[in-house]
Amino acid sequence: MDEYALIMRHEDGSKIASPEQMQIWMKQTMDWIGGIAAQNKFVGGTGLLFADAKVVHHNKMVTDGPFGEIKETIGGFITVRAESAEEAAEFAKGCPVLQGEGNTMEVRRIHKNEGRH
Amino acid sequence: MKQQELIPHLFRTEYRKIVSVLCKRFGFDQIETAEDIAADTFLAASQTWPYNGIPQNPVAWLYFVAKNKAKNHLQRNLVFESKVSDELKRSSDEADETEVDLSPQNINDSQLQMMFAICQPSIPPEAQIGLSLRILCGFGIGEIADAFLSNKETINKRLFRAKEKLREENSKIEFPGASEIDERLATVLTTLYLLFNEGYYSSSQDTIIRKDLCDEAMRLCTMLVENKLTGKPEVNALLALMCFQASRFDARIDQNGELVLYDDQDTNLWDPELISKGAYFLNCATTGNTLSKYHIQAAIAYWGTQKADTQEKWESILQLYNQLLQIEYSPVAALNRTYALSKTIGKEAAIIEAEKLKLINNHFYYALLGELYTSIDNHIAREHFQNALALARTQTDKQAIQKKIDSLT
Repeated sequence: MDEYALIMRHEDGSKIASPEQMQIWMKQTMDWIGGIAAQNKFVGGTGLLFADAKVVHHNKMVTDGPFGEIKETIGGFITVRAESAEEAAEFAKGCPVLQGEGNTMEVRRIHKNEGRH
Repeated sequence: MKQQELIPHLFRTEYRKIVSVLCKRFGFDQIETAEDIAADTFLAASQTWPYNGIPQNPVAWLYFVAKNKAKNHLQRNLVFESKVSDELKRSSDEADETEVDLSPQNINDSQLQMMFAICQPSIPPEAQIGLSLRILCGFGIGEIADAFLSNKETINKRLFRAKEKLREENSKIEFPGASEIDERLATVLTTLYLLFNEGYYSSSQDTIIRKDLCDEAMRLCTMLVENKLTGKPEVNALLALMCFQASRFDARIDQNGELVLYDDQDTNLWDPELISKGAYFLNCATTGNTLSKYHIQAAIAYWGTQKADTQEKWESILQLYNQLLQIEYSPVAALNRTYALSKTIGKEAAIIEAEKLKLINNHFYYALLGELYTSIDNHIAREHFQNALALARTQTDKQAIQKKIDSLT
């Protein structure tokens, strides 16, 4: 079984929902993760804070961001165990981030250092 | 994995507390900053809690984060001010100046004072309700738009204008002085009652939102009741009125979201707890010599909790409406008085009184006439109901009137 990263991509990270809405989404995220964990397919995950975010550009210039100049931001990711990319994508479909129009989930297999242990 | 259950509406509840405290701390002119800091706090929570688990004490976590964000903001401001103005006199007590007081006492005071700051006659009633929902109740713009059957853009504009106006007037977040408290309190009560009615009579089909509005109005009114300065008889009376009315909330809307008229309501769905709460507050309201319109309306609403059609009930209601109309005329009160009259002296006599009212732009006027003519002259009754139907604005009202027409044959 492989591990896959499910990456949450928001179209506009600065869009602020109402407190009630945020609480609902948060509960949905917890239920989503719980559902995957109940199948023993959850490996780990972390949220990425928007507060104090910076973007370092190729000329080493640092800007507050990534809002404004970049269309998409990453809100967080979780790692799951799955038999295939298709199964991992099935997990991704349940993520509440997808309720936001323009938001996407990226599914990426995590590279394994085979034969090194 | 043991996951702590999160209190329903926790974010909404804490949002309004944090905003009130910060806004009082920063001044009304920086209300947007206060709102931003509060929103950022919840954003941070929603980005960490799903992965790390809900903290042992979620509220303390939120306050800690909000305090730090506020501190950073204030420090930035201090640096900015001292650079720009060359005044460095602040440096000694800088530490205190960036502290934010999130004690229960200050949270409570800030919310009450915010109530007075928002409920100003200088801004239109719907803006007062909108701002109250946003700041005192922690509703989102979308949720307010749903409650008003409006769109986000309109609500945003309305709130923006209202905030501008309050800023221009240099609205202060503080308790009014003893000499003006009654007058200011009257405006606050009007807004709270409008907020309640927005939920109780709103045309929004969303029952949850409507119930929320009623609950919020009652919560804010309870805060006023519990405060020494504001817990006056008329405030108790308003709370009693809200309790009595809210006791029928579940009975007056059926599963399809259609209005169930009083006579057809299932009394098993009336909430006995709210009825006794109402009686308690009505009792509290009788200390002192004031007899406000809320006292009378609460007394009428009390009779509404007695389903049985007795002579005593309708005679009492009639007299209460007679009194109410003397304190403050309203078309609804005039129509309801006439209905009570029909219950005491009969329909024929009441028709004569009803036709004197001549509220020809009011659909309730025609609905009342239709009601009174029913079984006396069904042909005339139908004409009146049809007039009512043409004038009715909300879907709920139209459905209720149509039902009356259908049952006429």
